[in-house]
Amino acid sequence: MAALVTFEQITKRFGAFTAVDALTLEIREREFFALLGPSGCGKTTLLRLLAGFEKPDGGRVLLAGQDLAGVPPYRRPVNMMFQSYALFPHLTVAGNVAFGLRQDGLPKDEIAARVDEMLALVQLSGFGARKVDQLSGGQRQRVALARSLAKRPKVLLLDEPLAALDRKLREETRFELKALQTRLHTTFVIVTHDQDEAMTVADRIALMHQGRLAQVGTPVEVYERPNSRWVAGFVGDVNLIEARVTAVYPSFVTLERGTMRLRAAGTAVAPGPAALALRPEKIRIGHAVPEREPENGAAGSVTDIGYFGTLSIYKVRIDDGLVLKAAVMNEQRDAARAIHVNDRVWLSWAPEAGVVLAD
Amino acid sequence: MEQERHWLTRLAILAPYAWLVAFFLAPFLIVAKISLSQTAIAQPPYLPVFDPAAGWEGLKEFLAAFSLDSYAAVFGDSLYLWSYLKSLAVATLSTLILLVLGYPVAYALARAPRRLQGALVLLVVLPFWTSFLIRVYAWINILQHDGLLNQALLALRILDAPVSWLATDSAVYIGIVYSYFPFMVLPLYAALEKMDEALLEAASDLGCPPWRAFLSVTVPLSLPGILAGSLLCFIPIMGEFVIPDLLGSSSTAMIGQTLWLEFFGNRDWPVASALAIVLLVLLLTPLLIYRQREASVLEGRG
Repeated sequence: MAALVTFEQITKRFGAFTAVDALTLEIREREFFALLGPSGCGKTTLLRLLAGFEKPDGGRVLLAGQDLAGVPPYRRPVNMMFQSYALFPHLTVAGNVAFGLRQDGLPKDEIAARVDEMLALVQLSGFGARKVDQLSGGQRQRVALARSLAKRPKVLLLDEPLAALDRKLREETRFELKALQTRLHTTFVIVTHDQDEAMTVADRIALMHQGRLAQVGTPVEVYERPNSRWVAGFVGDVNLIEARVTAVYPSFVTLERGTMRLRAAGTAVAPGPAALALRPEKIRIGHAVPEREPENGAAGSVTDIGYFGTLSIYKVRIDDGLVLKAAVMNEQRDAARAIHVNDRVWLSWAPEAGVVLAD
Repeated sequence: MEQERHWLTRLAILAPYAWLVAFFLAPFLIVAKISLSQTAIAQPPYLPVFDPAAGWEGLKEFLAAFSLDSYAAVFGDSLYLWSYLKSLAVATLSTLILLVLGYPVAYALARAPRRLQGALVLLVVLPFWTSFLIRVYAWINILQHDGLLNQALLALRILDAPVSWLATDSAVYIGIVYSYFPFMVLPLYAALEKMDEALLEAASDLGCPPWRAFLSVTVPLSLPGILAGSLLCFIPIMGEFVIPDLLGSSSTAMIGQTLWLEFFGNRDWPVASALAIVLLVLLLTPLLIYRQREASVLEGRG
């Protein structure tokens, strides 16, 4: 797939603060792309640079090969759904959706047809005559979506589109958004600080940290193969076991932490300090002492149990003092959950379970 | 306790009504009554005068003496009609000038950095710290033949010879626009300041160049401010007396001046009162239209 949007060495400063720092990124045609990061990481600025609301201090933004420098927002074939929705309070729902089409001077009947089509798309048929302040939060969100899609933009920009919805609605809307993007074959770029949201909707995710890209990849890549401690920690829950790489073999490395000997599969790192990043759900927990000393394992005692319904998180202080989290699906009902606080347990994991991180 | 609070609550509700009755309704009724009386060389200078001592018969006699002669005079004499029209023309044009000048100022205030806005708004209302009368007198000084305005225009070579400003309509407009400026700017500022700037970005994003975004988003959203500011200026300008009297010529009498003349010059209180009542009715009309609009906007929200 060809790159539709290209950021080339793009830099944006606000006074002494560098929001986006010489960042280079390609967004492909028809993909659902997520810009994920904590607040202040520059993700919204990047989106606004693409929409044209900010001018870069360095670098270029290209859309389908065309340099967007000097093209004002109202001439860019991209549309944005604003975090605040920014619906026009003096217009009806239909008036809001038609706003962009009127600017293009489309004939009246064509505008009306497109408005109906857009409202049907977001399941708001029949709401056209309502005033914006007569709608619920979820309905407003959909009006904003319909308005930003009405002009059939080459790229739809979504700035924290679900942030204002309550949790249940937000989770449902994620899937709707994904289905919509698949149906419309439009390139969507979403900005979010919510990793679950990014993972659910996006084909690829760019993780941003302090104005730079930390990692770009599919949800599976950034979750299972994070390239730094920061990415591993930001996306999902992780145990970081600080250790030293002692030997590098073609398909695995060995690590050492005090008396603990660890083996991790297939990671290209040099000997020296590193962290083994281990997702809680990849750690097994049990009372029984393994028959033979496992390669990757540790004994410890349970300090805390968090019950989340679908799974439980066990916090275990292993004998060298480090606290590890192990997540276990609650496949059985409560009778079978036999591990209690202060129990002495064994943790173990496969060599493929973790990733060795030098950064 | 409960009883006492109930009583206090009632009193609190009554207080504003009592105020309105004492200081608005009662004076209005007195003026209305005088407008239905006849002039007389007496103290007070009109008839009839209600005498409570005369009892029921006295009241009947009193009511029978009411006449519409003053209104006939007001509507019969073109002098009054011209005064009303003059006031209407001055108030309309001044309000338009105020809107055109005030809108950019209010817009700039609303878009100024937050920390400066308080200070800038203070600057707009700062003239109120000086007496209104003194400020109008100051304009006489500025506008007179060898005043600041002529000096400045001559120095800038815009004029070859001094122009007579005083006692012209221009002077009246200058004085009115100057005096009422804050009354136009403040409601506009209040309306514009509330506006979410993301709306302009949204308009731009949807293909609206800035000037069209201004017309299709900013102006409609500031309409309440435009209406409020225009009414706050238009209504008092209609009845304006001091500014045209001090800066204008006697040939350009506005209704306020005519009223003053009838009252103090001719001591014809009934005609002066009739003029005031007609003016009030004229002014209530735009206010009622405004109220109607407000109500329909509120209904639309409900």
